Amino acid sequence: MHGTRNLQFTPRLRKAALGGVGVLTLAVLVAGCTSGNTSTTTSTSSGPATTQATDAPITVWVDADRAAAADAYKAAFPNDPITVETYDGGANGSGTFRTKMQLFDTAGSGWPDVVFSTQNNDASWASQGSNGNKPFAAVLNTGAIPDATISGFAKGALDPCTVDGKVYCLRNDLAQVVLWYNKTLMDQFGYTVPTTWEEYQALGEKVAKEHPGYIVGTQGDTFTSEIYMWSSKCEANHITGATSVTVKTDSTECKRMASLLDDLRTAGSSPNIGVFTPEFVSTYAGKVLMMPGPIWYSGAIFNNPSSLNVPAGQMAVAAPLPWKGEDAVTGDVGGATWFISSHSANPALAAKFVEFVTTNDAYQVDLAPGYPAFAAAADKWVAKQNSSGYYATPLDQAVAAGSLIWSGWGSGVFSQEAIWGKTMTTGVADGKTLVQLLPDWQKAIADQAQVDGYTVK
Amino acid sequence: MSIASYVFLAPYLVLMVVFGVMPGLYALYLSFTSRTGNGSFVAFQNFTKVLGDFRFMPAVQHVSLYLLFWLVALVVLVTFFALVVHGLGSRHLRTGLRLVYYLPGALAGASSVMLWLFVLDPTASPVSILIKAMGMASFVNVIVPSHLPVIFAIIAFWTGAGGWIVIMYGALNNISTEVMEAARIDGAGSLRLAWHIQIPMIRKWISYMAIISIAAGVQLFVEPQLLSQASNAIVPNDYSLNQLAYLYAFKQNDFHGSAAISILLLFVALSLSAIFVTRGGLFDKD
Repeated sequence: MHGTRNLQFTPRLRKAALGGVGVLTLAVLVAGCTSGNTSTTTSTSSGPATTQATDAPITVWVDADRAAAADAYKAAFPNDPITVETYDGGANGSGTFRTKMQLFDTAGSGWPDVVFSTQNNDASWASQGSNGNKPFAAVLNTGAIPDATISGFAKGALDPCTVDGKVYCLRNDLAQVVLWYNKTLMDQFGYTVPTTWEEYQALGEKVAKEHPGYIVGTQGDTFTSEIYMWSSKCEANHITGATSVTVKTDSTECKRMASLLDDLRTAGSSPNIGVFTPEFVSTYAGKVLMMPGPIWYSGAIFNNPSSLNVPAGQMAVAAPLPWKGEDAVTGDVGGATWFISSHSANPALAAKFVEFVTTNDAYQVDLAPGYPAFAAAADKWVAKQNSSGYYATPLDQAVAAGSLIWSGWGSGVFSQEAIWGKTMTTGVADGKTLVQLLPDWQKAIADQAQVDGYTVK
Repeated sequence: MSIASYVFLAPYLVLMVVFGVMPGLYALYLSFTSRTGNGSFVAFQNFTKVLGDFRFMPAVQHVSLYLLFWLVALVVLVTFFALVVHGLGSRHLRTGLRLVYYLPGALAGASSVMLWLFVLDPTASPVSILIKAMGMASFVNVIVPSHLPVIFAIIAFWTGAGGWIVIMYGALNNISTEVMEAARIDGAGSLRLAWHIQIPMIRKWISYMAIISIAAGVQLFVEPQLLSQASNAIVPNDYSLNQLAYLYAFKQNDFHGSAAISILLLFVALSLSAIFVTRGGLFDKD
């Protein structure tokens, strides 16, 4: 930078500069020493996971939304020694949970005792030790959590937590896909709620002609595959073991749904736009006639002042759609999980905490925004929602959908959402159709699965 | 005097050894050893593994294209703007423009990407008319893979070019007025002056800029990483080589594979820089 200006160094300036450099050097040295000291302290305090004590404090990791769960626990048991730390919950495939645990594995210390994750596929790695380390997740169904509690979860709710018969986490909430519809608009237009995917497609085409601008769904989100392809029994993500997956996207089940989506996108009633984009809100507020999507759409999109903000008494839930002549199954978009560390110095307290936040009414019924995975809490949660007066019809169909989640779509370590986003959403934006893109999707899933150590069939 | 120069150098040297040389050597060690068998020597196994990864070649293409767009824009436009500002008559205008050019560079890398997320989204963008006129109705259309190298080049140019314009301006100031006067008396206009006098005389600065930019450019990370998160993974999280190294280390828990990618990047950046150093005559004595 000598080119800029010839800065004349006066003796005073030089002295000041030298002093500054000295301070900086000192600061660096001091910083180095301090950080060295801290790391030693941490490793001695939480290092030996073998010594377990009933009064040892536990550290709990939650995301910002779930801080309420930890607060509820503290209110109920104010004397339990619990430290709560907030992190991003691993949202949007950030992988923070896994990344941090691997770093703690390398360091040999520092693991939190309880971790909340917004993702439902973490058991796939947390149940496996990497590089010869002990798996992070403790097994919960061999005494840590009572059998009565484990069996109290909705049917299939713990599937994403289960690897080879062992349960490694408890579900916080379920995210079953249902058919949302706006009863007021449907009545106004004189339409009846479809009961099969064929009827849904026909109505979607009809809406596009009779009421252009109104939509029956969207397909621009990365979890589009979980809403539609999963519900159609498309075998794109069949996790058959800890490290084996079957990927088959050229089946009728995949093609019929891809073709339905292509058809409605061309018609204009199912845009390639994500529901969390400003564009979606500005274009389609008041224009959503129907929308297949997870149960949490209610709080996230419909009954949310900064999203669609649909007034009370309009939205209703219909049963998941079957294809004609088949039984209805449905997909699942997320549904968070709670883990207990296998390194915990106080597993009893960790188990007590996790049992409380997943099953106790004080959180799951009174505070939780999502549909509880624990069946008894879910019943009360639904009753509470019904009495709120927001929905046009009772939420009974949502309860029924909770046990219809198709088991042929698993929870692997790789993100199906990321793969869909970079192959299918961009492909469609480039002018291709989903049917044309199915082979690309197959290849992308298989490639990614192999990189993550899966055997692909 | 010599003691003072050592004191000035010391903090840099300490930091460079601790955060540059030592991690570099550690990466070199990791890249030739295996994670199983307590770090046994595995020759080029980690390198063949990452080179055979289905994500590697696409990432190389992405980064190369981006570098091409960015470097050309940088070398041509920065030199052009510096010459224009330098040739302005009004002193106040010169100072004002330099400040304006420099301003975007004052934003840290990540925050400038956040700003661009809004600029690129037709529903929120101040230039949405322009974006829509180019046939892109929604954010998804803007960030399709074929547009990304240009988008990243624009973002990088916007953040980085201003600082370089100021440096080039300084370099132009250093050209002695006698040379310029002599050329003018010989009848050279602004164009010939720029082409035959000014550009050859700041050649070293241009190659210096190219070297620093190559080193920064092959490490493309923040832009695609943030865009990937903001677009909910429509922009892939394995777009650039550095992102791939990140995935190896923190998603696949394979620090050895990650180190192999870093060493490859280092090798490429060094080779490219060598070309500019020899061609640009950076270390020639005047």
